[in-house]
Amino acid sequence: MPDISTLNNYQLLEYGAWGLSFVFGLWMLLDMMKTNITYSEDLLISSREGEIEDALVIDPPHQGGHL
Amino acid sequence: MSQTTTIHGEKISLLRVLGPGHVWALGVGIVLVGEYMGWNFSVGKGGAIAALIACWVAGLLYTCVAMIDSEVTSTVAAAGGQYAQAKHIVGPLMAFNVGLFLVFAYTMLEAANAITLGYLVQTVGGMAGMTDAAGEALVLHDKPFIVLTIMFLAWLNYRGVYATLTFNLVITAIAFIAIIILFFAVKPWTGEVLKHNELLTGLPYDWIGVIAALHFGLWYYLGIEGTCQAAEEVRSPARSLPLGTMTGIMTLLIAATMTWYICAGLMPWEYLGQAVTPLFDAARFMDSMPLMVLLFIGTIFSTLASANGCINDASRAWFSMARDRYLPQWFGAVHPKYRTPYRAIVFLVPVAVLFAYYAPLDQVITFSILSGLLGYTFMTFNVIMFRRKWPLGTIQRGYVHPMHPLPALVLLVLCGATYFAVFLGYGTQLMAMMLFFFIASLWFHFHRYRYVRRGDQFSMPWPRPQGDY
Repeated sequence: MPDISTLNNYQLLEYGAWGLSFVFGLWMLLDMMKTNITYSEDLLISSREGEIEDALVIDPPHQGGHL
Repeated sequence: MSQTTTIHGEKISLLRVLGPGHVWALGVGIVLVGEYMGWNFSVGKGGAIAALIACWVAGLLYTCVAMIDSEVTSTVAAAGGQYAQAKHIVGPLMAFNVGLFLVFAYTMLEAANAITLGYLVQTVGGMAGMTDAAGEALVLHDKPFIVLTIMFLAWLNYRGVYATLTFNLVITAIAFIAIIILFFAVKPWTGEVLKHNELLTGLPYDWIGVIAALHFGLWYYLGIEGTCQAAEEVRSPARSLPLGTMTGIMTLLIAATMTWYICAGLMPWEYLGQAVTPLFDAARFMDSMPLMVLLFIGTIFSTLASANGCINDASRAWFSMARDRYLPQWFGAVHPKYRTPYRAIVFLVPVAVLFAYYAPLDQVITFSILSGLLGYTFMTFNVIMFRRKWPLGTIQRGYVHPMHPLPALVLLVLCGATYFAVFLGYGTQLMAMMLFFFIASLWFHFHRYRYVRRGDQFSMPWPRPQGDY
């Protein structure tokens, strides 16, 4: 880990960009793993082309959700 | 509370929340970066007048694309866009190929945008002129910003389509308005600023230069057909998709002509043909700080919007293919909370990062153009088969394109000319790409198709096709 006091602004920007990239990537990976574990695979891949029947669709914000 | 079993009949679908404005933002957002950079390489190929001819010829090509796409998509309201069209109209092998064209075209374009954004940040760092203790100029590396661009936009896409495309709508509108402001700033109604009389010097490489210019002429409009990837997420596909696509191509025709007019009147073709950021350079010629800031913001925003739209479209194409088992079905999952194809989005992140990190920009752009071009060629016979199998009146269409089959034939001729143009500059890549798709087709035909549930993949409630099919 570099000594922060010796870094110039450019290096700080670069480390900041790497850090943010890591956070976004990690967030997606963790959420994906959590979602894969929480829900059944049948449910996750239940989407079918052209189906728009809202009654069959899980919609957490509007139907109370199943989270 | 966690849910580990499926309640009978419960399904998850993509969320239908988008309107015509989002469709416009998706299409124009992907493309507008081509006005800010890239189109001007056509000037280098054949001079400014050749670039204008390429602009109009490519404009005609894409007007045909938009019209054809609008009609077919208004009936095939499914994610995957042209992939779903190919599946229903031509057949599985064509659909598999079209799906790959889409994923390649958008992922490569996303990588190209990330490279460009990294370059822009690096350039601004250079302009800031920071030096170290010994007085040596410091260099800002572009790689961290390339990766950050892809990661941030993938995260945004993961979290939901509405926020993603609303973000695109705002930044695309700002980038488009910036071009209009620059256009009025150069006072085209006077001869004070623009010097077309002095700078337009004919065709330096004769007519072969015009043909060669077509290659980068596509850059003015490449990606407008991406609007139909949103088919499963718009509230009213039959209305919103044609409206968003047609207003999108009109916006781009205006933006492309304005861009050429401004730049060709300010810069000699020898400079313009190799400039990295021609519109930003035009603002610098005006010697106005507010204009420079505005066009710099426009450049950044257009690049971000393009990469953002590309992630949206590539993931929908990948998701749709997986949902039909053309690829492992695992990728066909929808996030129960965010209602996005989250596994497809995450899977394509390292692919885009690898290309953005290691591949040269011109190669990445050429692969994107070639994949797009293969897709446009497919559209020509797709629409002819569509009209023969399901003539007007047999199924409800949200839009009927005029003068059929003329647009399809014009598109086919223009695609042929553009293949030749690409062959002139990147013949090896063209051949390599054809070979790749041929091998992928063999894999699909002899191996993958056995996993496809053949009856399940045809979901449209259409009548039986007419003719001997």
